[in-house]
Amino acid sequence: MIRPHQKQPLWLAFAVHRMSGIGLALFLPAHFYILGTVMKDTRPLDTFLHWSELPLVRVAETGLVFLLAVHCFGGLRLLALEFLPWTPYQKTLAALAASLALFVAVSFLLNGI
Amino acid sequence: MSKLSVTKRGDFVKMCIWRGDASGGSFVDYKIPVSETQTVLDAVTWVQRNVEPGLSYRFACRVGMCGSCAMMVNGRPRWTCRTHVSKVIKNNQIRLEPLRNLPVIKDLVCDLSDFFAKWLKANGRFVPTATREHPVKKISPLSRQRQAANAAIECINCAVCYAACDAVEQYPNYLGPAALNRAWTLVNDVRDDGKRERLRAITADGGCQCCHSQHGCASHCPNELNPARSIAGLKQVAVTAIFKGEV
Ligand code: HEM
Ligand code: SF4
Ligand code: SF4
Ligand code: FES
Repeated sequence: MIRPHQKQPLWLAFAVHRMSGIGLALFLPAHFYILGTVMKDTRPLDTFLHWSELPLVRVAETGLVFLLAVHCFGGLRLLALEFLPWTPYQKTLAALAASLALFVAVSFLLNGI
Repeated sequence: MSKLSVTKRGDFVKMCIWRGDASGGSFVDYKIPVSETQTVLDAVTWVQRNVEPGLSYRFACRVGMCGSCAMMVNGRPRWTCRTHVSKVIKNNQIRLEPLRNLPVIKDLVCDLSDFFAKWLKANGRFVPTATREHPVKKISPLSRQRQAANAAIECINCAVCYAACDAVEQYPNYLGPAALNRAWTLVNDVRDDGKRERLRAITADGGCQCCHSQHGCASHCPNELNPARSIAGLKQVAVTAIFKGEV
């Protein structure tokens, strides 16, 4: 539950960053495992890639692309906040990071159709 | 929502006040007559004078100068003396609790010892380079460093930011926004001689690296200070010092 003192945009940005970070950390081992199977035999990967053409899987993948994009842009935003001269429009930058991530994810989805 | 309509003279508002001590407690409801310019502190005082003489709470100046009256008002840390009942009332009621992230002594009073100990731990004490025998040092108010210090200097130690910080909640050793904000003013004070020690303090366990830039502090500080910005400044100083091998 979001408590009253957390109801402000930059807390939400933090929550999204943490959840996307954890999501990516959970996903990456599976990702590398699948890629690693090619070392022995290419057939499992081909089967997997075939499977990943399914619309539902495609939507799930879009979710992953969104996680990576939102974490990447959000992370760059944090690095800018902490290491570049301060700017007064931090909330706008957070919104910009989120919208860029959405743009990347939707582009990925549309590209496959 | 017509928040103001419930604070006409003759109306009542429900105050749910946390009563208890370090061993635990619960909310007790009080019905309070309201007037137009009444503050939350006024309402608490009314309860103590008229219903519950044993109710404990702190205040001194009543005008936002001393920093002693901070409490959680409907879940947010605030100066109760500068918060009008009409502004925060929700469903005709107000919920009052002692400040978050601090041990409770009794009712609305918490123990600020840790909070102040962290100011010292962050080397928030000015270390003079001159004595009274020296001439007064001239410092341009326009210099970049003085402006950075001035932007953060008006802190009254109320612990509102400390209560708004989730990093403190998750890691109780974290020095917190107020102490680090104070350290930042001294990092920018050219008359101060404690820079090396302070650098060590703000990069040690519980230092500026614990801040996740959530800006709870900045969005709650009643003085409109921005501790998050000060901490970002400390992070820059800290990283530079690490590359130079100074810490
Ligand atoms: C794409 C480039 C990336 C950038 C620019 C980036 C940036 C950052 C930054 C600046 C933080 C610190 C946030 C804070 O102080 O709260 C962070 C935290 C984190 N990152 Fe990344 N990251 C990237 C990729 C990844 C990847 C691929 C993973 C998955 C393995 C990941 C997992 C995490 C986790 C779990 C955290 C901790 C979250 C937290 O403390 O709230 N990151 N990232
Ligand atoms: S910006 Fe840092 S110090 Fe301020 S509330 Fe957030 S975590 Fe705490
Ligand atoms: S920075 Fe603001 S909220 Fe924090 S102790 Fe100082 S005056 Fe209070
Ligand atoms: S009573 Fe002094 S700040 Fe509220």
